[in-house]
Amino acid sequence: MDALILTVMTLLKIVAVLVPLILCVAYLTLAERKVIGSMQVRVGPNRVGFKGLGQPFADVFKLMFKEVIVPTNASRFLFLTAPILSLAPAVAAWAVIPFADGWAISDVNAGLLYVLAMTSIGVYGVIIAGWASNSKYAFLGAMRSAAQIVAYEIAMGFALIGVLMMAGSLNLGDIVRAQAGGFFNWYLFPLLPLAVVYFISGVAETNRAPFDVAEGESEIVAGFHVDYSGMAFALFFLAEYANMIMIAALTALLFLGGWMSPIDGVGDGIHWFLIKTASMLFLFLWLRATFPRYRYDQIMRLGWKVFIPVTIVWIAVVGFAIYFEIGPWFSVVRGA
Amino acid sequence: MTFELFVFYLFAAIMVFAASRVISVRNPVHAAMYLVLTFFTCAAIWLLLEAEFLAITLVLVYVGAVMVLFLFVVMMLDINVEPLREGFVKYLPVGILVGLIMLVEMVFLITQRYFKAEQFPAPERASAEAMSNTESLGRLLYSDFLFQFEIAAIILLVAIVAAIALTMRRRPETKYQTPSEQISVKKSDRLRVVDMPAEKRN
Repeated sequence: MDALILTVMTLLKIVAVLVPLILCVAYLTLAERKVIGSMQVRVGPNRVGFKGLGQPFADVFKLMFKEVIVPTNASRFLFLTAPILSLAPAVAAWAVIPFADGWAISDVNAGLLYVLAMTSIGVYGVIIAGWASNSKYAFLGAMRSAAQIVAYEIAMGFALIGVLMMAGSLNLGDIVRAQAGGFFNWYLFPLLPLAVVYFISGVAETNRAPFDVAEGESEIVAGFHVDYSGMAFALFFLAEYANMIMIAALTALLFLGGWMSPIDGVGDGIHWFLIKTASMLFLFLWLRATFPRYRYDQIMRLGWKVFIPVTIVWIAVVGFAIYFEIGPWFSVVRGA
Repeated sequence: MTFELFVFYLFAAIMVFAASRVISVRNPVHAAMYLVLTFFTCAAIWLLLEAEFLAITLVLVYVGAVMVLFLFVVMMLDINVEPLREGFVKYLPVGILVGLIMLVEMVFLITQRYFKAEQFPAPERASAEAMSNTESLGRLLYSDFLFQFEIAAIILLVAIVAAIALTMRRRPETKYQTPSEQISVKKSDRLRVVDMPAEKRN
């Protein structure tokens, strides 16, 4: 009986996270078009519903009723599993995200490690899609994506090591609690280089502009998903946006104090987490509207020759500062 | 059969199946994908053993990075499977012999007096609150097994240096981009203003 109640409760929690997440994805696509539209002095979608608010649903219905075409020489099984392989990790990673104090589906001790593992296997969807389509453009996209993810994953992992050193825990809830005490105590300040590297690597990892060489439409049409249509294509889209929200939420949790209010003890709660995540998402859209796409060799150079050295140096600095308890950030006594 | 045991057998069955498909399937990319599945189920079994750090690291390192590079290489190569299969019958006896020796060794080891399972009592279950898996692993690595840990680190360092030394070669025909030079470029480096007097038309 207890097991049954636990199962039902867990399922309810999953639904309570998934449904808002999918709605967020839907409206993020609209927000993206609106924001970029206004940055380019256009109106953006404004036909469906009040001021275009029905646009995401129109898009979903259109994609749902389109035929999913499998190319003749494609590897059918892998072609159809690829979208699922890319969506499943993007959604599974949300299991350990604490939305407010204690509000997580599963409060795992190795939470950060789990998130890192889940975000790193999302690339399989892209690689398999590119290979299974049996098309040159798709394949080139997959190759670029694989090389890019491996390069930026290392920088991302190193950036997180600094956070672990400061917080002394892998539990996402504990990491946020370690940043208690207002705006000044957020890890954004002592770990500024790591935070910047983390966010940019996150943008690269989600294949977003200016790092979207995997789908660079000017060179390789649409990269790994040229041959996808209908719902299969929609799943890739869903995964990309869910990953974007994930990176934004993680930046908020790790460097911006999660659900903590900027002023110590004044109204902590989920609203702060949502505000911080939303502002990080805005940054994603802003980046896309501002920068031209990186060239492939420049992406590799940035990942290997700039980000990794920066993170290694800053980890050494943090270790030094923690050992000698240099104030104001590193003199705090941590849980041993 | 408890639920835990059922889960174990389920994952073990999937793992054995996937591992055998890695060597029996024809397409190298499919084989690599089966290897990914093997790693995944292995991680699940480790989770059952409450070794969450090892399990997640297995997924992170092997599935997330090593296998991606594997796939990268396998997809780029146009592997012709036929010549690979030619030697199958020829090498089969040797293969069977090696397999048998390994099997005998393993059976010998676990049925021996000193290595029997009974010789090693199951470790006591530490409560999850007392100390996390990661913490206790870190503590052991940096105290009791520091020497071994550092030896492993040195070997890895040597391997990295060797890998770079083996693959690095200067290729004069490759065009490099040096951003620092590009940024420090001055107008006088690129632009030459030529003064030409106007000529009279004939």
